[in-house]
Amino acid sequence: MFSPCQITASTLTTCLGHGRAANWQALRAGQSGLAPCAFETVQLATWIGEVAGVDAITLAEPLARYDCRNNRLTQLGLLGDGFAAAVLAARERYGPERVGVFLGTSTAGILQTELAYRQRDPESGALPAEFNYRDTHNSFSLAAFTRDYFALSGPALAISTACSSSAKVFAAAARQLAVGTIDAAVVGGVDSLCLTTLYGFASLQLTSAQPCQPYDAARNGISIGEAAAFALLERPSAGNGEGVRLLGVGESSDAYHMSAPHPEGRGARQAMLAALAAAGLPPAAIDYINLHGTATPANDAAEGCAVAAVFGPHTPCSSTKGATGHTLGAAGAVEAVICAMALESSFLPGSPGTQTLDPAIALNYLRHGQPAAARTVLSNSFGFGGSNCSLILAV
Amino acid sequence: MTTPLPSLAAWIDGVALIAPGLPDWSLARAVLRGEQPYQPAPSELPAPSVLPPAERRRASRVVKLALALGLAACADAQVDAATLATVFTASGADGHNCHALCEQLAGDDRQISPTRFHNSVHNAAAGYWGIATGATAPCQVIAGFDASFGAGLLDALAQVVTGQVPVLLIAYDSEYPQPLHAKRDTPDCAGVALLLSPQRGARSQARLQLAPTGEAAQTCTVPALENLRRQIPALRALPLLQQLAAQRSGRCVLDYLPPMQLAAELTAC
Repeated sequence: MFSPCQITASTLTTCLGHGRAANWQALRAGQSGLAPCAFETVQLATWIGEVAGVDAITLAEPLARYDCRNNRLTQLGLLGDGFAAAVLAARERYGPERVGVFLGTSTAGILQTELAYRQRDPESGALPAEFNYRDTHNSFSLAAFTRDYFALSGPALAISTACSSSAKVFAAAARQLAVGTIDAAVVGGVDSLCLTTLYGFASLQLTSAQPCQPYDAARNGISIGEAAAFALLERPSAGNGEGVRLLGVGESSDAYHMSAPHPEGRGARQAMLAALAAAGLPPAAIDYINLHGTATPANDAAEGCAVAAVFGPHTPCSSTKGATGHTLGAAGAVEAVICAMALESSFLPGSPGTQTLDPAIALNYLRHGQPAAARTVLSNSFGFGGSNCSLILAV
Repeated sequence: MTTPLPSLAAWIDGVALIAPGLPDWSLARAVLRGEQPYQPAPSELPAPSVLPPAERRRASRVVKLALALGLAACADAQVDAATLATVFTASGADGHNCHALCEQLAGDDRQISPTRFHNSVHNAAAGYWGIATGATAPCQVIAGFDASFGAGLLDALAQVVTGQVPVLLIAYDSEYPQPLHAKRDTPDCAGVALLLSPQRGARSQARLQLAPTGEAAQTCTVPALENLRRQIPALRALPLLQQLAAQRSGRCVLDYLPPMQLAAELTAC
């Protein structure tokens, strides 16, 4: 049984800007934040979604040991939209041990290790003394940083299932809320640009040389982005009943291939059906689908197949990755917050970059945003290793 | 909330352990009961016969470890792995693969191998588990640094309670080679798997109930086992396994995220 959760605060920082207003303004206007890659020393013909000003962020002094691009982006993200104040208020309300932290990431602060490997001692091969693996590179570092940032003492974990990571944190947090180990959960995802993912996706020939074009007939790969997105989840109560609610989560595994989706989207279909079952809703109740839509030929074909099988050809849907880039382990949380804004603003975002829809995919794909009074929406996130997750949000 | 919240409890139907000097649960049980002395030895990682030949040849140490743990716990519980929801939890991914990638990315030729890249994800072992067993159920992959075992146990139990389905928890860790080893000194591969079930069945060994506590974590009295408990995050489970091995009912406190620890109440069947 799935116990719904209230989203009592949320925020996102992407290449479109810092905070909900900047992101929503760009999404409404159909703008993209992608630009040709000029990150670090990377030499690849690809476009990226880089967040402005990350390296200018200084971590609060007692947390200096966490310093790395990923935790700078985490702190920048937490400061958006009064989110930090909402977490502190929840800590006051429930106690520091009753607020959990559940964050998704694919690479955390691995950039710090990549940089440290350029500074190895020429004699011994040792990494620099100041390099701190635990608080930067390790996948848990962003959750530990966030827990310490708010002086919380409740449960904490990172989920790292590649590009479904920060959708699956909603499921993990909802479970702990349901069994009562916590009263509030900081959920979200943070992933930041690094050489591993830029060169890695290029090695798989999955990056595009142009801005990505989700669901386009000519799509030929992803544009990697970085982002931090967070939501505060609580059990519904008389006092917090306004706003967006998480109605259901569906998770599944492809059990097929490490880096390619099942061609008919078997796992994607299973995740969407599980989310509908958790929410107790028929497919017709869904007013909009935020697609995973990475713009690789295989992903969009498989997902399109699965969405058409579950929902038919009429449900409005789009991928917002042409605007934000594919923010990998942060994508689930970014797109959950985009869905929340769509519900609150009665506007469905379009798909910058998409020119000519793939005629082989029979969906009601929105190239351009449109006003629509959506009440219930679904968001898809799929990752390497065949990890799938669908969220259902409603007002 | 007006309705009372459910207790975080499940039946343990299957157990697996692989650790240095403890190649399987049956030998480990004898050592943990004090019937046999602990003898240090490198961890033994069986070849993953369930993987297709190409993947089997290339399987890394961490993939061998996680698959062997999961299969052994399923065998102990006499359940079909293909039907199970899973929770994988580990401090890190494949350390040797990570080292190779970082070394190459620090050099002039950054054209890394696509296989190395897809094997670098934290959920690589979980992905191979799905390919090997055909399990399409939900699969969670957690990272909690030293708190990985507790974080995984909390999520697995919550899945059993809220979903009323059996869940296979696989907690595993592996070593980094130098120079990362100097920064994270996990000495060897080791891990624990538990098959947790919502109802008592013919294979149930004990009932486990979990609750957060501020009490200090229990330690192991045998110094070599205590070293393993401290050095390898998944082996924070050792005090619980010691009680299971002895089929002794009672309470033990497991190390999690100090000051928050986890009190495990075990009722032997």
